[in-house]
Parts: sequence; C-alpha cells; structure tokens
Amino acid sequence: MSIFKKIMTAVRGGATEVGESIVDANSTRIFEQEIRDAENHLTKAKRDLTGVMAQQMSASREVDRIKRDISEHEGFATQALEQGNEALALEVAEKIAALESELATNEQSLASFESNATRLKELVKKSERQITEYKRQLSMVKTTESVQKATSAITDNFSSSNSKLLNAKDSLERIKAKQQKFDDQLKAAEVLESEDSDNSLEAKLKAAGIGAQDNSANSVLDRLKAKQK
Amino acid sequence: MNIHKIADHLNTLADNSDTGLVFDCQPISGEVDVLQISVIGREELPIFVSVTDDQILCITYLWGEDEVKPGSLAEMHTSMLEMNIPMPLSSFSKIGDKYVIFGALSMSSSFHDIEHELAVLSNNALEVIDDMGEYLV
Repeated sequence: MSIFKKIMTAVRGGATEVGESIVDANSTRIFEQEIRDAENHLTKAKRDLTGVMAQQMSASREVDRIKRDISEHEGFATQALEQGNEALALEVAEKIAALESELATNEQSLASFESNATRLKELVKKSERQITEYKRQLSMVKTTESVQKATSAITDNFSSSNSKLLNAKDSLERIKAKQQKFDDQLKAAEVLESEDSDNSLEAKLKAAGIGAQDNSANSVLDRLKAKQK
Repeated sequence: MNIHKIADHLNTLADNSDTGLVFDCQPISGEVDVLQISVIGREELPIFVSVTDDQILCITYLWGEDEVKPGSLAEMHTSMLEMNIPMPLSSFSKIGDKYVIFGALSMSSSFHDIEHELAVLSNNALEVIDDMGEYLV
C-alpha cells in the first residue's frame, strides 16, 4: 500500500477516535532505524568507493609508467640493433616482453577497478535516492501525526475555554462589522480633525480682524440704544 | 525555529508590523506545542501554528461539514479546487469534519517570511469565506 493510502486510511479511521495516534510509535521508530541503517550502508559504500577510486588512480599511474618504460626500451633495442649488437638487443627485447606481460596484468586490474568504481557509484546514487524517499515518507507520517496531535490540543483548548468555533459566515459578518466600525471611527476622526483645522483658521482670521467679529458689549449697547429711538 | 521564538517576535512587533496587522499570541500546551495567533479585529478566525521536524504549519479553521448547504458539497469542492492555485501561498485541506486553509513554511524561514505568511493566510481565510458563502448556511 502506498504511503498516501496508508495516511488516508489512518486519517479517516482516526477521525472517529480523536487523539489516537495514526501510526503506532513503534513502527515509526522501526522506520527511523531502517533509515539510519540505510545511511550507515551509504557511508560504508562511499568509503569503499573512495578506496576503489584510489586504487584505480594508482593502477592507472602504473600502466602509464610501464608504457613509458616499454617505449624507452624499444628505443634502446633499436639503438643496439643499429650498433649491430644483436645480443644486447635480444636482452632488451626480453626485458620488453616482461614489461608487456606486466602491463597486461596491470591493465586488467585497472579495468576491474574501473568497473568496481562504476558499480559503487551507482549503488551510492541508488541508496541516496532511497534514503531521500524514506525520509519523505517518514516526514509525511510524522506531519500527519503532529497535525492530529495539534488538532486535539486545539480542540481541548476550545472545550476547556468554553468557546467554540463560530459559524463561518457569522464570523465573517462580525469581522466585517468590526472593520466597518474601525473605518467609521477613522473617518469620524478625519472629519473631526478637518473641523479642528477649520476652527483654527477662523481663529487666525479673527485675530487678524478679518471676517465675523465677536459681539462686544459695546456693540450690543449700541443696538439697544438704536431700538429705543 | 520554535513556536516560542515566533510568539516573542510577533509580540515585540506590536503595532510595527509591515503587514498592518497586529498579532496576539497564546501558546497552547499539549503533546505538540501549538501557538494560537489572533489577529486583532479578526479574533473569530485564529491561526494555529505548529512546528514539526521539517516545517512550520499555519492552519486556520474555515467551516464545518455541517455548515455546507445540503446538495452543494460537490460544487463547493470543485470551486475550492479551482481556487487552490490562484490563492497565494495557502491551500485547502480538511481536518476531521472541518475545512481548513493552511500554509507550510520551511524551517529556515525568516521571521519576516512567517509574518507575511500569517497575514496572507488571514486575508485568504476572509476572502474564501466570502467567496464560498453561497455554499454555506
């Protein structure tokens, strides 16, 4: 069964029994142990690979050295022949034959190291992919578990604080009403502020003797006197 | 990152948040630590944050199965699926009999990322309830 199906089954089954763990802790622990084992294998494979690659490099150097040796001795043999020293040339040729057989042996081991290294590299890649996949699955199981536990903590908190989840539309209406009230207050404050600034302008004008002036006692008296006439 | 660090940051933020929202944090103890975050003015739709081994989960409960108008469940599900990608940062899910909206962040997220996530989640939740209102009682 795929991990998705397992989780789905567990979540649906668990929905009836809130707080029950979806995957028993023991199997999670076993899974974690498997991942650790796989990681240990990977570390070992990487170490082996390093060893094989070192051997490969040294074998490759050896092959180069023997090849150089052979071509050098071929030169010697030719020179001996040019001097007409057949016996010396034969001796050098024997040396070349020995070197050639040594070369064959070394080329063989180099090929074997190379194929070993390729195999190990593939193994390392495969193990790494597998571990990544295991970790992804474990993370899914753990997240599901953690969400279930968090949900039960949230549910407990709601029931203990005597509050409950409101109907969604009611919640939205209440939030909108609060936002409206806040906006209204903001607008009222703006209006008030602009009135204040109007007032202050008026005061300035008055101080400068521009616009309507306060009724002074004298002006009232003048008015009354005018009425008496 | 853990919920206490997030709570400390959001509380010190107070009125100086970049998002214009003010957060009030309250840890809920349990087998898994959960942080209940109320956005001032939107207390009806709190955000619950929990930190697991590899991610930070932010969840807001939307509505219960029992709030869906009879006969409009399939249509609502289709609308929710269609809205899932256009909706920034958040996705729909269902926990038990409750529909939720959630966002998951990497453990290496900055406080700024978390703050942004919470603000977007809260805005999305309001918008979703508004948009899906026709399917709800």
